[in-house]
Amino acid sequence: MPRPPTQFPQFSSVADVSKRLATAGYLPDEQIATTVFLADRLGKPLLVEGPAGTGKTELAKALAVATGSELIRLQCYEGLDEARALYEWNYKKQLLRIQAAQNGDGADWNTVHDDIFGEEFLLSRPLLTAIRRTEPTVLLIDETDKADVEVEGLLLEVLSDFQVTIPELGTVAATRRPMVVLTSNATRELSEALKRRCLYLALDYPSAEREREIVLSRVPDLAPGLAAQLVRTIRALRALELKKSPSISETLDWAQTLLELGLDTLDESAMRSTLGVVLKHASDQQRAAAELRLN
Amino acid sequence: MSAPAAGPPGPVAEPGGLAGHLDGFVRAVREAGIPVGISQAVDAAEILTVVDLLEREQLRHGLAAVLLQRAAQRPTYDVLFDLWWPLGDRPVGSSTGDEDGGGERGQSTLDLPGSDAELAESMRAELLRLLQEGDDEELRRFARTAVEVLGRGQPSPSGQSFFSYRVLRALSPDTLVSQLLSGLLTGQERGGLAEQIARQTVRERLTAFRGAVEAEVRRRTATEKGRDKVAKSAVRPLADQVDFLRAQAADLAELRRAVAPLARRLAVRLSARRRLGREGRLDFRRTVRASLATGGVPVVTHHRPRKVHKPELVVLCDVSGSVAGFSHFTLMLTQALREHFTGVRAFAFVDTTDEVTRFFRPGADVVDAVARIGREADVVGFDGHSDYGTAFDVFADRWASAVGPKTSLLVLGDGRTNYRPPGLPVLADLVRRSRSAHWLNPEPRRLWGSGDSAADRYGEVIDMVECRNAAQLAEFVTTL
Repeated sequence: MPRPPTQFPQFSSVADVSKRLATAGYLPDEQIATTVFLADRLGKPLLVEGPAGTGKTELAKALAVATGSELIRLQCYEGLDEARALYEWNYKKQLLRIQAAQNGDGADWNTVHDDIFGEEFLLSRPLLTAIRRTEPTVLLIDETDKADVEVEGLLLEVLSDFQVTIPELGTVAATRRPMVVLTSNATRELSEALKRRCLYLALDYPSAEREREIVLSRVPDLAPGLAAQLVRTIRALRALELKKSPSISETLDWAQTLLELGLDTLDESAMRSTLGVVLKHASDQQRAAAELRLN
Repeated sequence: MSAPAAGPPGPVAEPGGLAGHLDGFVRAVREAGIPVGISQAVDAAEILTVVDLLEREQLRHGLAAVLLQRAAQRPTYDVLFDLWWPLGDRPVGSSTGDEDGGGERGQSTLDLPGSDAELAESMRAELLRLLQEGDDEELRRFARTAVEVLGRGQPSPSGQSFFSYRVLRALSPDTLVSQLLSGLLTGQERGGLAEQIARQTVRERLTAFRGAVEAEVRRRTATEKGRDKVAKSAVRPLADQVDFLRAQAADLAELRRAVAPLARRLAVRLSARRRLGREGRLDFRRTVRASLATGGVPVVTHHRPRKVHKPELVVLCDVSGSVAGFSHFTLMLTQALREHFTGVRAFAFVDTTDEVTRFFRPGADVVDAVARIGREADVVGFDGHSDYGTAFDVFADRWASAVGPKTSLLVLGDGRTNYRPPGLPVLADLVRRSRSAHWLNPEPRRLWGSGDSAADRYGEVIDMVECRNAAQLAEFVTTL
């Protein structure tokens, strides 16, 4: 098996990862920074798993910014197939080419045949695009758990060798290995084989301290005292058994809302009027109101 | 870098040095029930060459990244990591250099000449201050001192033992709650939102402190008695391996989290099957119209949507006290299914049966629904002990039309009839009328048929599946 193309490490140390991600607007904790550093050093794909709203996709985006790479995103869904993930021939255009030949531009069949399976008629999908790029690339395969099991097989092949064989064109191998981030909400267990090839990062909601820093870095105008109060409230909400726990982005939305409304403390009335920003199910709102004695 | 700092943290006594030590760690992780393949073990060795071995946390996260495959494995892994790569042995001495607060105070309490009671009292005051401030690092350091000072048991020939209960009894952190609350609330009135949130914060910090004490006791016991011994007793079963019937309050929340995605997965599976093979008959008109765009060649064919088979599911659930933990989870599954399908009906029984579908409106709260079933549904007719025979009779009699040739029937219960008639013919008839039927039993297979259990007899007329923990439930879901 050919060794996958080597890639020059982008980061020099774990501290370097933290610093550059922070510049890109993402505050990593030690676990995230270490795992990203290792993924970069060992050249392995990074599998990020955790509940919705813990900043999985955001991490990939920040990585792209921090390393000056382009982000190529493959959004997974049920029914995703090779034609959407890897490549597809542009049938309509091929057909036009054949018809043009018939209508007498004189080319014989062999020329036409070679011609219609050329670069011009190939529709490159995210995986192939990422492999063929010569510039630094971050390939984000989002919500991998939503895709069917067959797609995992395809990913295994692509992620282990970073090459794709197109029967009509031959093998396309990566000249520069993209940095790969897979995300999953753990709605289904990904296959052992895929997990084995990746570095595993379990993301959970951030610690109180880190979340407060995130709020203050993203909504800098918010008073530090209010930010601390907000984070404590969010944590109390997450401790309730809600259908959908508030995500980090919802925390930020809430901070923004409080700022816009000019509220300087999060008391009962402020909370009642803005609860819709963080809780989007009627039953969750009722539950939170009852448990936190809002009425 | 100075000479004594070289080498990995912690004592490395094994032959084979660092590699041997890592091998022992990987073995321990495997023994705790986390599958680690050979390639992962090799990757772990590679990690050692890449991370800074002096940064213990980097090593922890780095090894976790290659050895673990699920978030639920992390607590177990952390316990083992702390045993295999322990912090240095002198927490107080090492911290005094760079830390002027906690370290020195720890030292001074050690030297205190007073009685044990006075010592505990002064440490309580210190704990109160630390919990108030909520600095995790200082709290951990304090926990180490506390175990050192308060946690010693009677010295025995096998070595000094340490106990977390001694520390927790001496400090009784739970009695600090009201002082902590008033400290955190500074000036705000009690009873409202502010108090609820402060309570949550206090709970979090107390849990963190207790965890720190337990970790320190494990570490000390490991240095006294060998870590293999500690590793065996300290590791708790993974959340999805916890028995439904034996789950404790602390496990329950964890279990619910494990079951929630499962319910969604089951729903997705069922709906995925509906959507598969979507290609129905050829839609000639649309195909021809689309072919105009490609010069009359039908490149893309269009099809009429196939008539979907709507799965109907009837859940018949024992909600008596003996299977309370189990029925809670199955009702949660029911709820998730209700949100995706219209054709789900739920029935609950103890010694008579009632339909409980109405409690599972889409959007309703599961915990709430379970409580309402206990209060409002008519499931107890006589004495509140399971009576399967009567329950099946009532069900077959009152809701005869619920089970038909399109219905999947799911019975949930332990099959313990309290020596009453099991109602086998009625159940057999229900099974015959349904499209498919399964019985999930939370008892271990070897107990089926023992005592008042009629599980083996039921097993002759219906497909009975052992379903003791979330892992087995997941397995059943995927084979359904």
